[in-house]
Formats: sequence, structure tokens, C-alpha cells
Amino acid sequence: MGTIARILRCLSAAILICASLGAAWKTHASPAEPRLRLATTTSTENSGLLGVLLPPFERRAGCRVDVISVGTGKALKLGEAGDVDVVLVHARELEDRFVAAGHGVNRRDVMFNDFVILGPKADSASVAGSPDAAEAFRRIAGREAPFVSRGDQSGTHLKEQEIWRSAKILPIGGWYVESGLGMGEAITMATEKNGYTLADRATAVAWRAKTDLAILHEGDPVLRNPYGVIAVNPARHPAVRHALALAFIDFLTGTEGQAIIAGFKVDGKPLFFTYARPVH
Amino acid sequence: MAFLTDSARTALALILALDPDIVSAALTSLRVAACSILLAAVPAIPVGLAVGLLDFPGKRAAVLVLNSLMAVPTVLVGLLVYMLISRRGPLGGLELLFTPSAIVLGGTLLAGPIVATLVMNAVEGADRRILPTLMTLGAGPVRTGLKYLAEIRLGIAAALVAGFGRVLSEVGVAMMLGGNIRGYTRTMTTAIALETGKGEFATGVGLGLILMTIALLVNVLFNLILQRSRP
Repeated sequence: MGTIARILRCLSAAILICASLGAAWKTHASPAEPRLRLATTTSTENSGLLGVLLPPFERRAGCRVDVISVGTGKALKLGEAGDVDVVLVHARELEDRFVAAGHGVNRRDVMFNDFVILGPKADSASVAGSPDAAEAFRRIAGREAPFVSRGDQSGTHLKEQEIWRSAKILPIGGWYVESGLGMGEAITMATEKNGYTLADRATAVAWRAKTDLAILHEGDPVLRNPYGVIAVNPARHPAVRHALALAFIDFLTGTEGQAIIAGFKVDGKPLFFTYARPVH
Repeated sequence: MAFLTDSARTALALILALDPDIVSAALTSLRVAACSILLAAVPAIPVGLAVGLLDFPGKRAAVLVLNSLMAVPTVLVGLLVYMLISRRGPLGGLELLFTPSAIVLGGTLLAGPIVATLVMNAVEGADRRILPTLMTLGAGPVRTGLKYLAEIRLGIAAALVAGFGRVLSEVGVAMMLGGNIRGYTRTMTTAIALETGKGEFATGVGLGLILMTIALLVNVLFNLILQRSRP
């Protein structure tokens, strides 16, 4: 008889644990306010910008913003599937295609920063002296110096491919590493390999203390990195929270959002820049 | 060396500060793993018992399949479940994606084969004469079954602990299905992945140490319960 009693006791304990977990979860995980799902790039999340940008919007709109931070390519895919309500990304060409294909509506420019070429201070490929980004890439390829590519269809990866094309070089060989990593991890890998990489300035600045690499090339107009925000098309996906997505876009492009972005600094340096004139 | 001592110090500081983000991630990890293992146990224990006890054609194939399922990569489970619960998928209307329930669903699929296989092993390791003996002693089918379960309870417990550990330690499913949303679906493992991505290695290792401490405590607790229920 004792065995049965023991088993019953174990069972009831399990049920109790289960119930209390469920109860605790309910209070924890289903707040009354609606949740806006934002797919965005690692650069906006990891730099800390969203940490100052989202709370004022959450207070004003009475909602929670769920941030899913992935590469630009995947963020757009999530929007295409209707798994998020709004995307904040940086790859102008892909964004335009996304809107043209009917996946998104109400695209707006939000801000921009720029890409920089990071490399070892010794700079064996003399990237520092090159007149433009394409020439810098040509020199890296000419020396077959290690180059770490994101290789993940992120906005940074797409920009990198664009520069290789304009340099008329097909990067193939042991020196060209397709990592499949996020920006920060790619910088780590380039540091370990004592090689070069293309990085967005926000991440490059945030990583200054964690890498021996230096910014060797910057300023080429081709390295400009504009961010756009797009609402997922409610006609395709009726379940998306479209009104909230539009409110979010208005907030980002409105006075308050733009002021927060322009005032956001790391180590006293602004990481993102807003457009001086009203955005269309 | 400073790298490692820094990590240990960061871990201590994180624990002592009871950072709300970390508490939330730890609780999410525990809840997800607990719910997954409880859900997985319901079909997996009977399956393990059946495959272990019964003789049927195709039994060897079933054992093989169970064994191989234990090695399914977590990202593959994540991907398959993603395709099920994405708004484009057949279960899209349930709006499960990027919620803790989505991770539980993936975790259940991960833990199930482990529990079933280990229960099956427990059955095969147990004395074959238990069942006939109980029957001849006049025990009814219900009492026979319960007695048998009590007999192999250590094996079942080990199976549950192993499944729990698999869910607690995996990152693929939690990242893909949960989305690593701060304060909501961020688990200890996705937090470690995030900190590594940010280059905050010390914080990452600190979180890892906390997770291992939690796993240790859960195992100790489980062992205590088992010891007390020893006949």
C-alpha cells in the first residue's frame, strides 16, 4: 500500500509544481497591454539605442515592444511571414523590394550612420591610405590579407558585397572568411585573425575596448548606412497590430523620437544621425 | 588569467545584485524546462515502457528511431516548429511564435525521445521476473503496474532529469522560437549567446555559472525527494 501512497504523493507534488509554475507564468507573461513585435538589426539593439528609444514610446502608447534582433535579411523574412508587426532595418535595396512585393507599407527613413573598415594597426594592406572603399578592398584582396565577412545576408553583408562588386573582385580564397556571425562576433573573429572587416560604426565604437583593430577607412559616400522602418502589410496579414505599428513609425520619425536618436551618445560620440529636414 | 577571474567576479556580482533581467531569464529557463519535461513525460514514459516491455515486429527499428531522435539538432527542431507556428504555417492562428509556449513546444519535442529512450533502458535493465512474480502473488493489474513503476522509479527519474537538462541547456530552440525578447522569452542560454555576441564574455561566463548552479540545485532537490521516497 505504501508504494501507491508514495506514487500518489509524488504525482500530487508534480501537479502542484506544475500549477504554481503556470500561475506564476500567467501573471508574469500575459500583461494586459498589447505587444508590438519589432524585428530589427543587432546594431540598434546591441548599441543600446533601443534601450533609450523604446521606453518613452511604450509609456505613451501603453504597449510593450518585443524586440527580435536579427540580421536585416532575416528581419525582412519575419515581416514577409507576418510573424512581426514592424521592421527597422538597413538595406535600402531590399527594403524597396520588400515594399514593391507588397509585404510592407508606409516605409519611412529614420536615421543613418555609416560603415567603417576595421583592420590591424600594422595595416599590412595599407588600407588607411586608400582613396575610397573599393580601392581599400582591392588592396586587401591583393595582399590576400584575412578578411572576415558576416556572410549572413545582413545589411552589412549586403553592403560588403556591393563594394566587392564595385571593386570588380570576386572574393574567393583562404583569406576570405564567410563567418555567418553577428557584427560583434565578426569583429572578435577579425581581431583573433588579425584581419580586416567591414563594420557599422555603432558596433565598431561599442567594441573599441574589446578589439585591437582600428578604424582604417571611413567617409566614402558609398559607406553611408541609412535605416528605414516599415509596417508589415495588414492586407497580407490581418492579424498584425497595424495601428500600433503606424504609431511606432510616427514616434520614430516624429520630433520626440528623432531628438532621442540625435541625442544618443556612446563615449560622448553620437552613433546615429537624423535627417535635418522633415523626412518624406 | 585575469579573463577568467574577471568572469568569476562578474558572476558573483550578478548573483548578489539579483539583477531583474537575470532573475527573469533564470525563471523563464526553469519554467520552460519544467513545463517541457512534464508535457514530454506524458507520452514518452508510456512509449518507453511499451517499447521496453512488449515484443512486437519492428521493435528493433523503433529502438533505432528513438535512439536517433535523441541526436536531432536543436536548431532543426526549432526550424520545424517555426514552420508550424509561423503565421504562414498551419498553426499560425494560435500566435505562439516568440512566446514562452513556443519554446515549451520545441523543448517537449527535444525531451520526449530522451525520456522515452532512457525509460526503455530502465525497463531493459530491470529484473525480467518482476511482472510475472507480482501477478502470481495475486496483485491486480493496477497494483502490478504501480509496483513495477516504483521498482524502476530511479530509471524514470534519471530519464526526467536528463530531459530537463537537455531543455535547460539548449539554445537553438529558445533562440528561434522565443526570439530572445528581453524580460519575456530571454532564457539563460539565449542571454549567454547575446552577451557573447556583444563581446561581454565575462558576463556570458557569469550567466553560465549561474545556470550550472541552478542545474546543480535542481538535481540535488530531485535526489533528496528520491531518497525520501525510498522504501
